[in-house]
Amino acid sequence: MGKGFVDIDDVALRYGGEATGTLALSGMSLTVDKGEFIAVVGPSGCGKSTLMKAMSGLWPVTSGGVSVAGQTVSGPLSIVGMAFQAATLLPWRTTLDNVMLPLEITQPYRSEMNRRRGHFRDKARALLKLVGLEGFDDKYPWQLSGGMQQRVSLCRALIHEPALLMLDEPFAALDMFTREELWGVLQDVWMTKKPTVILVTHDLREAVYLADKVYVMSARPGRIIHERDIEFARPRDLDITFRPDFGDIAHDLRDHIYTARQDAA
Amino acid sequence: MADTTAPEATRSSTDTQASKGFSLSAKTQEQIMPWAVVIGLFVFWEAAVRLFDFPEFILPAPSVIFEAMWQWRLPILENAAQTAMTTVVGFGIAIVFGLVTGIVIGSSSLIYNGFYPVLIGFNSIPKVAVVPILVIWFGIGTVPAIITAFLISFFPILVNVATGIATVEPELKDVLRALGASKRDIIVKVGIPRSLPYFFASLKIAITVAFVGSIIAETVASNKGIGHLMIVASSRFEVPLVFAGLLVTAIMGVIMYVVAIAIEKRMTGWSTRSMDGASGL
Repeated sequence: MGKGFVDIDDVALRYGGEATGTLALSGMSLTVDKGEFIAVVGPSGCGKSTLMKAMSGLWPVTSGGVSVAGQTVSGPLSIVGMAFQAATLLPWRTTLDNVMLPLEITQPYRSEMNRRRGHFRDKARALLKLVGLEGFDDKYPWQLSGGMQQRVSLCRALIHEPALLMLDEPFAALDMFTREELWGVLQDVWMTKKPTVILVTHDLREAVYLADKVYVMSARPGRIIHERDIEFARPRDLDITFRPDFGDIAHDLRDHIYTARQDAA
Repeated sequence: MADTTAPEATRSSTDTQASKGFSLSAKTQEQIMPWAVVIGLFVFWEAAVRLFDFPEFILPAPSVIFEAMWQWRLPILENAAQTAMTTVVGFGIAIVFGLVTGIVIGSSSLIYNGFYPVLIGFNSIPKVAVVPILVIWFGIGTVPAIITAFLISFFPILVNVATGIATVEPELKDVLRALGASKRDIIVKVGIPRSLPYFFASLKIAITVAFVGSIIAETVASNKGIGHLMIVASSRFEVPLVFAGLLVTAIMGVIMYVVAIAIEKRMTGWSTRSMDGASGL
């Protein structure tokens, strides 16, 4: 252990007290290389979101160790960008100002904000263009569709050039066509910026289509029970999702999740 | 008590606006309706008084009340101005105090839980019972009216601001905390802007209750103000003047409410729009 960009070593995480608390993770180990795109899938309530909290330093682990970029995680890291199922945009801010929010908080951008505002704006516009939202700078969140809001949320997660991008079911609330469109957007973003991406999802097609490696988690308390390399060439086209070998992988992963759920019941 | 009457009044007015029986356009109807209701009320009142021949000292007819209003216009204006002044000053202090304490209380669940019972208890005290104490402290006159207006109106402001700040979405907090945002960052960037619609919504309740507070204090212990005028008038059996005072009070209340709504619409239009947007998704 200790070689990857993200190292999770035999982590247990319990919410609440020793006796009455809920054990969300136990014996959780995971290593992610720099620039790798991994997906974590599992039955609902298996602690996927808890894993994200542990990795981002939002919740302290009960035992074991988490390190990112060679440093032990003991609190929030500004090299992390996050996006969730809900776009959580600020309704009083325009698209551009929503994207710029992290720059007003993280260093070194924060202290450079006044001096380099123009430069940061250009940067935000370039990102919006990358996700297909050119010309929407001055629109407010209520003027955007759900898919557009999620694109803005993605930009906000990327603006401070995080080395680690954590996505917690970012497309779960979208319809299938919008979701598939955004898979393409996310793949483009990843191939352009090459951050390390950890995608938590319950959509197996999404996981197999996007990730280099898919991990399956057990039912609560969560740990990794299966991992599978996905070796389709990049950039991947949506057509591969209809190929039999794609279907076989998704089917195989589904079996593992099914077994995990059976074990829990 | 005043807290509950205000929303009921708005509800019933929207109900009457919604009923459509005329051939006028819906928008014109909506504009005409409040006036029609007021005029209808006065006509009904006038007719009832004449029909049943109520004595003037029991229930004066609107025509008599208007006459009294005109006859006493100078003292009415003078005292109304006094009441408006004490209301606005007390309300102004309530805004500052309500905002600051609302932000502090909303920012920490420890402070929130610690202070909330005390605040509820304080808010439950009928302010009319506090006025005599204020008179002992500050004497009869303007100061007790201002303080009563303040005491009665800071609570809705405080509660609304605190709620707005305390209910920031946990996911949004996570996004910011993961970036290394301090508690202060989260309050400044999200909590306060987010609580503004709550704040402005509370103003329209606060201004009406501040007004009630001023008048209560004037009624109990003052030598000026519309409340004082009504007390003096009733002791002299000038019943039409008492009713004129009530009418002026109602008109002032409506004006203050309308101003508060106009400010609310102007300042936080995004909040109603964003709700429309969310329902459309």
